[in-house]
Amino acid sequence: MSTDKTFRMDGKAIPFEAGETVMDAALRAGEYIPHLCHNPNFPPHGSCRVCVVDVNGKHMCSCTLEAAEHMEVDNSSDAIIDKRRTLLQMLFVEGNHTCPACEKSGDCQLQAVAYHTRMLSPHFTHFFPKRSIDPSHPDMMFYYNRCILCGLCVRVSRDVDKKSVFAISGRGIDSRLVFNSPSGKLGDSDFSATDEAAKVCPVGAILPKHVGYETPIGQRLYDNKPISVVGDTIAKNHSEKPVVIGGPHE
Amino acid sequence: MTSALETADNPQDMKRIVIEPLTRVEGHGKVTLLQGSNRSIQQARLHITEFRGFEKFIQGRPYWELPVLVQRLCGICPVSHHLAAAKATDMIVGASELTPTAEKIRRLMHFGQTLQSHALHFFHLCSPDLLFGFDDDIRHRNIVGIIEDSPEIARQGVLLRKYGQEVIRITSGKRIHGTGAIPGGINKSLTQKEIRYLQGDIGQMIAWSQGALELLKKVFFEHYNYHLGFGSIESNMMSMIRADGAFELYHGGLRARDRNGESIFDHNDYRNYDQYIRESVKDWSYMKFPFISALGQENGWYRVGPLARVNNCDFFSTPLAEEARKEFIAIGDGKPVQSTLGYHWARLIELLHCAEAIAELLGDRDLVGKELRNMGNLQSSGTGVIEAPRGTLFHHYEIDELGIVTKASLIVSTTNNNQAMNESIRKVANQYLDGHRLTEALLNQVEVAIRAYDPCLSCATHAIGKMPMELNLCDDDGELIDRLEKRADGRISRTI
Ligand code: SF4
Ligand code: FES
Repeated sequence: MSTDKTFRMDGKAIPFEAGETVMDAALRAGEYIPHLCHNPNFPPHGSCRVCVVDVNGKHMCSCTLEAAEHMEVDNSSDAIIDKRRTLLQMLFVEGNHTCPACEKSGDCQLQAVAYHTRMLSPHFTHFFPKRSIDPSHPDMMFYYNRCILCGLCVRVSRDVDKKSVFAISGRGIDSRLVFNSPSGKLGDSDFSATDEAAKVCPVGAILPKHVGYETPIGQRLYDNKPISVVGDTIAKNHSEKPVVIGGPHE
Repeated sequence: MTSALETADNPQDMKRIVIEPLTRVEGHGKVTLLQGSNRSIQQARLHITEFRGFEKFIQGRPYWELPVLVQRLCGICPVSHHLAAAKATDMIVGASELTPTAEKIRRLMHFGQTLQSHALHFFHLCSPDLLFGFDDDIRHRNIVGIIEDSPEIARQGVLLRKYGQEVIRITSGKRIHGTGAIPGGINKSLTQKEIRYLQGDIGQMIAWSQGALELLKKVFFEHYNYHLGFGSIESNMMSMIRADGAFELYHGGLRARDRNGESIFDHNDYRNYDQYIRESVKDWSYMKFPFISALGQENGWYRVGPLARVNNCDFFSTPLAEEARKEFIAIGDGKPVQSTLGYHWARLIELLHCAEAIAELLGDRDLVGKELRNMGNLQSSGTGVIEAPRGTLFHHYEIDELGIVTKASLIVSTTNNNQAMNESIRKVANQYLDGHRLTEALLNQVEVAIRAYDPCLSCATHAIGKMPMELNLCDDDGELIDRLEKRADGRISRTI
């Protein structure tokens, strides 16, 4: 892709196409901006705010911000990393993210982004909410403890699978993921393990049953290299057959 | 034989002596001694005060998480829980057999675990008692004293333990809380490079294990009668056994023998353990009291762990350990060795066996095999039993049709030794309590008796209860007449 328009990020010139977001242009140029609710294969959503950058003195959400010339983007100063870390710490205390016993540990984007922002402690007091699991589906498990309400499964089930299995219900701290079925159980919905929505969760909230800790420690996605080098869990899940829909050029 | 003593008829006529906490035992414990009017100790109660609540916590979790979740029962022998749960989940996924690679890698992991646990116990926890004597100044009688006086012993202890941890790391991915064993098998085999790495030091490990055993024997024989008699009790013994009668830690039937070495049962299928082992509850203890049902609560209690295993087996499959076993058995004069300090000796025979067995396994080509996992049809329950470093460990789970655990029952090694520890404490207290005044010496002797069992107290309980650290002496009317407080750093003060 050739373009002569650029903006500057951390002192580097980043080329962009008309209509492209700061996030997409940066990722295309090989520059990592942390993100959780964003998946380059799908339209941006702008809900987690982890992709916050400083643009000409303003904090902006890079996954939804259209790139423009003369932008000065700060993606790596301590001040920006502090902001992201605080957001992550809030995510960690709001749910129950017990990494040591989680099957997704080592493959989890939330954990990997937390490492990337040098998060060493939760800092805030844990909420320790009482949340359960939904084991009703024959092939897939749902763990409420781990859901960060990024909305990816909601969007993908609606836009790609055309099933609208998931939705976010409630407001503020009471928000939770719900399933579109008469009983409210995942097992009674149209969800299938082969759905695209079954592969997009950046954390370990939607996982296939009976798999557990099949991947040995040392061979998990983030065991040897950081997320800024290896990229998203989602990219790994999609590595065989990338599904690209929508996006900034749609 | 025992309940009369440990739940005395007229406790109101007795003095109550409380000793807490035990230093150098994993977790915390509290000991109550009830003294009758004739000054003998009528009751000894080892109270377990720490709560982990795992059986409840596990309910509602998917079965495939079990081998990793339950490791957190215990920070000092997580691999034992990892493997017992993995064996139970093998049954759940209908894997009636493991592939040779999976079975051998799990065995290797288990030998590594037992090696590091036994090395830790001997070199760090028990050798200070043995080398300096039980009446040495408590401030010197610890690992720091060992490092100062015998740096070479301390170094060997550290390196043996490290070797065991390396075996665990290579087979499970991490030194503690790895993920190697999964339902139906394992998630990785070994590479040639990893095998060569482990082979590099194993000869030295065998030599050091032999050295530790020789040292222990020397100390034991120096004060032979003292060591033989200290806290010694007559008990039944239970352990796992290989089909041909060989010593076994990972998989086999269960064998129980009585105090004379006569068979109570042999090669029992562990999957039906609830048909011949039961647990009783006592109002003063959070830890249950298992017993062999056929013998009843009164006479059915037993000992597990190194002493039981070395007494019970017909032979060791490795030559040096077998030679050491014969020497050990000889002191029993045709009967099982009942010396409580014999635990230390038996533990080091096992240490040697583990080192030999690792050396043997490292030459096995199956370790690099590619067939890692067997799966069958999902079953509704599973039982896994292994010999953990401290003794027989039982895990039993039931699941619903969605794969969720509905019931979990565990009998951990230390629980199996519950009654036996009380008996040994009572014996020691009767030997060393003089008059109505508590002494530092008595307190230390009681701890030595408990430590012989290498109890893992933090993992052995079912409910919460935290007590202040103190040692109380009450008179016939329950009036407090003396109190010693012992701090975690070993300092003791009288606080009345
Ligand atoms: S289940 Fe996963 S993908 Fe769906 S909203 Fe929660 S975190 Fe996002
Ligand atoms: S990644 Fe941009 S807001 Fe979530």
